[in-house]
Amino acid sequence: MTQNSTPQNIVEIDNLSFGYKGRMLHQGINMVFARGKVVAIMGGSGSGKTTILRLIGGQLKPVKGQVRVDGEVVHQQDRDGLYRLRRKMGMLFQHGAMFTDLSVYENVAFPMREHTDLPESMIHDLVLMKLNAVGLRGAHKLMPTELSGGMSRRVALARAIALDPAIIMYDEPFAGLDPISMGVICDLIRSLNDALGATSIIVTHDVEETFRFADYVYFVAGGVVAAEGTPDDLRNSSLPFVHQFVHAEKDGPVPFHYAANDYRRELLEFVE
Amino acid sequence: MMIRSRLLTGLIRSLRHIGHSFTDQIWRLGAGMRLFGLVLISSGESFRRIHLTIREIYFTGVMSLLIILVSAFFVGMVLALQGYNALKPYGASESIGMLTALALVRELGPVLTALLFAGRAGTAITAEIGLMKATEQLSAMEMMAVSPIARVVAPRFWAGMISMPILAVLFSMVGILGAYLVAVPLIGVDAGAFWSQMQSKVDWRLDILNGVIKSVVFGVVCTMIALFEGFDAPPTAEGVSHATTRTVVTSSLAILALDFMMTALMMVIE
Repeated sequence: MTQNSTPQNIVEIDNLSFGYKGRMLHQGINMVFARGKVVAIMGGSGSGKTTILRLIGGQLKPVKGQVRVDGEVVHQQDRDGLYRLRRKMGMLFQHGAMFTDLSVYENVAFPMREHTDLPESMIHDLVLMKLNAVGLRGAHKLMPTELSGGMSRRVALARAIALDPAIIMYDEPFAGLDPISMGVICDLIRSLNDALGATSIIVTHDVEETFRFADYVYFVAGGVVAAEGTPDDLRNSSLPFVHQFVHAEKDGPVPFHYAANDYRRELLEFVE
Repeated sequence: MMIRSRLLTGLIRSLRHIGHSFTDQIWRLGAGMRLFGLVLISSGESFRRIHLTIREIYFTGVMSLLIILVSAFFVGMVLALQGYNALKPYGASESIGMLTALALVRELGPVLTALLFAGRAGTAITAEIGLMKATEQLSAMEMMAVSPIARVVAPRFWAGMISMPILAVLFSMVGILGAYLVAVPLIGVDAGAFWSQMQSKVDWRLDILNGVIKSVVFGVVCTMIALFEGFDAPPTAEGVSHATTRTVVTSSLAILALDFMMTALMMVIE
């Protein structure tokens, strides 16, 4: 089941190919992200999931095809156009990417100070509201080094939503978190998405957590969209790759062994 | 036959390696110049947030003061001792003031300040920017539609460029003070002769201004090398460590080579 490409989609990826130094990572990817939805991009490590976020954000340029954000082709924008598009986006990086020389408060205030002329009193209120939304209003005076992994991720989330973006992108939001923090982040993704009326794009490989709250899921494997659908569709999918991924099986279409020469011959080669 | 073929392969490999390193250095020089251009273009944007540059002047300039001033004091004292030893047989020990002042203002002030600056502030700049890159802080800034060149690189560049000449002037002043303390109270050279010889022989334009010009050039080069190495560092612990080392090595060589070239040029223009 493919979602139709209509103006209600805030991000559209058409026939996208991307690669480094002649090695293609993606070959003809098509995805659409409908407004107001939480959409997950899943796949194994090294399948180029994060690269898709960077292509949406215009940090990388596609070899072929295009990414459209709000109807505008991202890689055709000049610097000002790109920055204008990025103001509609908020991104949560894998490890938070907090500015270590600024306090929690200043980290969240950063985008407001850079892009608005709001008076200090209003910035103060907005920062505390954003921090309150992620449950860390009490930590506004702390420095990033004083935060745990989960707290750091939540502050980064408050910073990502500082300017109420239309698109919130999450790069591996659950990586390295304990179950409590993981549950908190899951709830926040869904509730912030609905409260802000935003669209969330989540790159992850955590099946169970993602299936709980995502509206739609894309599976990326071998440089293409291997499967897509709602979590229920995918849970019942008979496709071998999806089955292996969803049920965390060690061997299957994605082999346990990295491509190698004949095992016996390699062992004997040294003896000879 | 086999040994010859192995030798040939080895030779080709080393030639390829030399060629690769050469083209790599040319590429890095080009990328460094491009960054320099971008810094100049983004400077207007960063001047609007002048507090960032002032903050960096504190970190690069003010925090380097202690090491620079203490070094200057010792260099001045040693110059006076050696100068006295060399001049005494000719009965010209009063010229110590002039000798140390010229040595400091023309050469040692700008060069040693730049070398110490590269070791103290240059490495800090490289490591900080390299780590900001490794922890995706620069990417995060870009995704927030904030230019890291205007926000992070340009303020550090201007801070380095402004701090260096001030530090070099202070180096020379404290060096002269160190020389005075050794020459006059310790050795017993006449204070009047010490200062008057210095005053008559040190030229405002040829010595002091040329020294300041040198330190401005060193400020630009040292800071740009540190910034480029940080910006270009692979985002790993090893990458940042190599970049920091390269900052010191490249800056030191660039300072010494440029010093010779500028001295020669200034003498020709004289």
